[in-house]
Amino acid sequence: MTTARAIALNVEQVAVRFGGLVALSEMNFTVGEGEIVSLIGPNGAGKTTAFNVMTGFLDPAHGRVSYRGTALNGLKPHQIADLGLIRTFQRTSVFPNDTVYDNLLIGLHRQGRVGLFEAILGLPRARASERRLRERAAELVEWVGLERRAYDPAGSLSYGEQRLVGVALALAAEPSMLLLDEPVSGMNASETHTFVELIRNIRDRGVTILLVEHDMPMVMSVSDRIVVLNYGRIIAEGPPEAIRNDPDVIEAYLGQGAARA
Amino acid sequence: MRAAITILTLAAFASVPLWLRDPYLLNALITTGIFMIAAMSLNLLLGFTGQLSLGHIAFFGIGAYVSALTSLGFDIGLPGGFRLVHEPWPPIVGFVLAILVAGLCGYFVGLLSFRVRGAYFVIVTISFAEVVRLVALNWVELTQGPLALTNIPSITIGLPGLGELTLRTKFHNYYLVLAVAAVAYLLISRLVHSHFGRAMRGLMENETLAVSVGIDVTRTLTLAAVISAAIAGAAGSLYAHYIRIIDPEVFAFINTVTMVIMVISGGKGSLAGPVVGGLIFGLLPVMLRPIMAPEAQWIAYGGVLIVILFVLPRGIVPSLAQRFAKRKRKAAVVAVTPVAFSERAKEPA
Ligand SMILES: Nc1ncnc2c1ncn2[C@@H]1O[C@H](COP(=O)(O)OP(=O)(O)OP(=O)(O)O)[C@@H](O)[C@H]1O
Ligand SMILES: [Mg+2]
Repeated sequence: MTTARAIALNVEQVAVRFGGLVALSEMNFTVGEGEIVSLIGPNGAGKTTAFNVMTGFLDPAHGRVSYRGTALNGLKPHQIADLGLIRTFQRTSVFPNDTVYDNLLIGLHRQGRVGLFEAILGLPRARASERRLRERAAELVEWVGLERRAYDPAGSLSYGEQRLVGVALALAAEPSMLLLDEPVSGMNASETHTFVELIRNIRDRGVTILLVEHDMPMVMSVSDRIVVLNYGRIIAEGPPEAIRNDPDVIEAYLGQGAARA
Repeated sequence: MRAAITILTLAAFASVPLWLRDPYLLNALITTGIFMIAAMSLNLLLGFTGQLSLGHIAFFGIGAYVSALTSLGFDIGLPGGFRLVHEPWPPIVGFVLAILVAGLCGYFVGLLSFRVRGAYFVIVTISFAEVVRLVALNWVELTQGPLALTNIPSITIGLPGLGELTLRTKFHNYYLVLAVAAVAYLLISRLVHSHFGRAMRGLMENETLAVSVGIDVTRTLTLAAVISAAIAGAAGSLYAHYIRIIDPEVFAFINTVTMVIMVISGGKGSLAGPVVGGLIFGLLPVMLRPIMAPEAQWIAYGGVLIVILFVLPRGIVPSLAQRFAKRKRKAAVVAVTPVAFSERAKEPA
């Protein structure tokens, strides 16, 4: 699968330690522009840690990450978000006291930048920008199918609905690459099905996607390529069919001996 | 609806000097108004970013001193035998400088403390206020120390077509304070309803999520600190030119506590909160003074605060708004229920 895609995200020799625990070691992989890559692995393999490094929430012990040619080392999370690299969180993460609609308005921060004086004086440009944000927020609410909950506090929504708000928030930030950390956990089968359609839809708009997910049928159906992590190391990488039959991967998931049994 | 309430409130405030003839009460309203402006500025930080400035009076006091010194002039020795002489400038220039200098101080305090927040910010602001108080107390050549700056001139404004007007009377000063309060209210309202306000709210509710969508924590909080400090500085300037005497006691911690009480009782994070809390706790001491011994006044003051927070724990304005909304929602549910039932009846069995 070495098509002529330009490299969007490049992870080189990344290592992370927590005290004595090696959470990631010598991690190397790339994600091409417009690709859907899944990062999978058993619990505690280091997937979320990898996300934290890529988005500036965690400094690696060594190694480097670059996005579209810009080195991310030392950048703060909001600066990385400004490059268009946007993530979601494994634990539900919303602005709980704000309505779903207001959540999205906050998420639209990157689109709404106007001058302080323009905003305070309510100048035409600021008002036009406000109008555009409101339209966009309404669109996003509709897109994730939460119109009926638009004016409820996000904290009062069901778990699955809050996950959708989380994804909509990330989309509001206008990503050129989206990192999704277990987006369908807590969703029922039909919600998951809708969500897969949503991901394809996002990709069709030219957004590159890196997905962390435990739901194997979903991963297999949606990914162009899969990277498998175990104990902080990449143990396999390739298209879904190859990964499905890889003995190392089966062993990592099913435990010692299972692959040979 | 909301705009109507605002305009009616403003009109009610504007009418007061026309029927209130008691100079003692008018004076109380003016000083209350000045502290209300300071409380609004504190609310911008505490209510909309969650950062507690326990040295907020420093910005107020700096505004007062900057404005007083600008309009009085000074002549001080500098190291190396130089002298710095400043001839008096019009008080209105002092008012503008007060805003700028206080805002600048807000910027540095923000810069110093917003990398590590929460308790750290509280400590930095308290220390800052104490340092400023000590400077005001000990730099006698500039500030007269405990002897106070006296004879501070009243603010003079140029009115188009009417010539110059010196705002010497209570009547004048009442309208000056009301105008500044209205502008401060409008400014804060515009700010918190803008893109900047949403960034502040996002940070307060879920910082990790906020930064992940591109919100810059340091920049957002520093901006709030600058605007908050600048407004407090404006209030301080009004204070100096109204009272016309100012000493380092203005920096007393109790003044910050008063502002915090105004904000918390009225409701932090609500625009009208500091106005309501400010009125109650600005006027309460004045009301109690003629009828109670000083110790009893303090007990009554504390008692009122406790009762308010017990009955309306989120502060007067947000708690009442919430009750009102609940009642409205109940009414809406009653209206909607029959429809919901009829729809269910249509579903196939
Ligand atoms: N802040 C931290 N401090 C100490 N140890 C940590 C920290 N964060 C993660 N770890 C450890 O690092 C390892 C990798 O954790 P990580 O959360 O990246 O796993 P994961 O692959 O996302 O797992 P899961 O599928 O359960 O989400 C785990 O052993 C975890 O306990
Ligand atoms: Mg994880």
